[in-house]
Amino acid sequence: MSPHVVLRVGAKVLIPVILLFALYIQFHGEYSPGGGFQAGIIFAAALVLYTLIFGLDAVQRAVPPVAVHLLSACGALLYIGIGVWAMFAGGNFLEYKVLASDPHLGETMGIILIELGVGITVGAVVISLFYSFAGRTREQEN
Amino acid sequence: MLMGIFSLLAASLYVLLDAVDVAADRSRRGRRGVDHPDARGAGADDQRGEGARRQHNLLALVVVLITGGALIYGTMDMPNFADPEAPAHQHVAPRYVQDSVDEIGIPNMVTSVLASYRGLDTLGEVLVIFSAGVAVLLLLGAGTYRRRPRPPRKRLQ
Repeated sequence: MSPHVVLRVGAKVLIPVILLFALYIQFHGEYSPGGGFQAGIIFAAALVLYTLIFGLDAVQRAVPPVAVHLLSACGALLYIGIGVWAMFAGGNFLEYKVLASDPHLGETMGIILIELGVGITVGAVVISLFYSFAGRTREQEN
Repeated sequence: MLMGIFSLLAASLYVLLDAVDVAADRSRRGRRGVDHPDARGAGADDQRGEGARRQHNLLALVVVLITGGALIYGTMDMPNFADPEAPAHQHVAPRYVQDSVDEIGIPNMVTSVLASYRGLDTLGEVLVIFSAGVAVLLLLGAGTYRRRPRPPRKRLQ
């Protein structure tokens, strides 16, 4: 029996809820307070909690650092890509209302997509910062 | 007490910079008091440096006071907190409040302003966060590979 049974069981119950809450904050940002910045931080917080309980190796098996680094760039690229897409659709950079036939639909779509880009970048950057610092502690222990 | 706070901050900085030996030196000096002559035997260069810095303290204080006074004087022109007549609430804010739901089609006007009206600004924020992350990765490493342990540093004294 491993130690910290209460912590492990409690974290296993909490982490899915935190991840789900991050997604809620992400995709409900049009109707309630929230958005990509907050969602990314909450998503990263779930992984930090997982690391604190189960260790850095376990979390890096689940979410490899290379994937995190790629995602942090992909989020920003998604944001820029939406802006360029609006230019190709006949509008200005980041002018979402040309993205769909209905201006409101286009605006909503553009906002959801760029918020997704923001969330991906913020979450991935925070996770990779955490990996950097946590990895250094391990180096010093060796 | 101020010196204690300073030496604690300096020690934390040195620990962050991986110079634990310097940090220990700093905190030891802080405990004994920087002014005490016994505590300042860490090296002639260091000692001279602190002595030189001490002479400039008065000038630095004057500069800080003048700068702070100018900043505080600058705040006199600012509108009162939550003043509805403030320029910030006269320019584009009424349009956001009244028309954003019709123009954008989503009820949360904060999100409308952040993502649509000020989309380029938010793009800049995202790029700032991204480049900060890249900078930290460059400085600290990705934390994925283990370097061989460094040889022990030479102590200062």
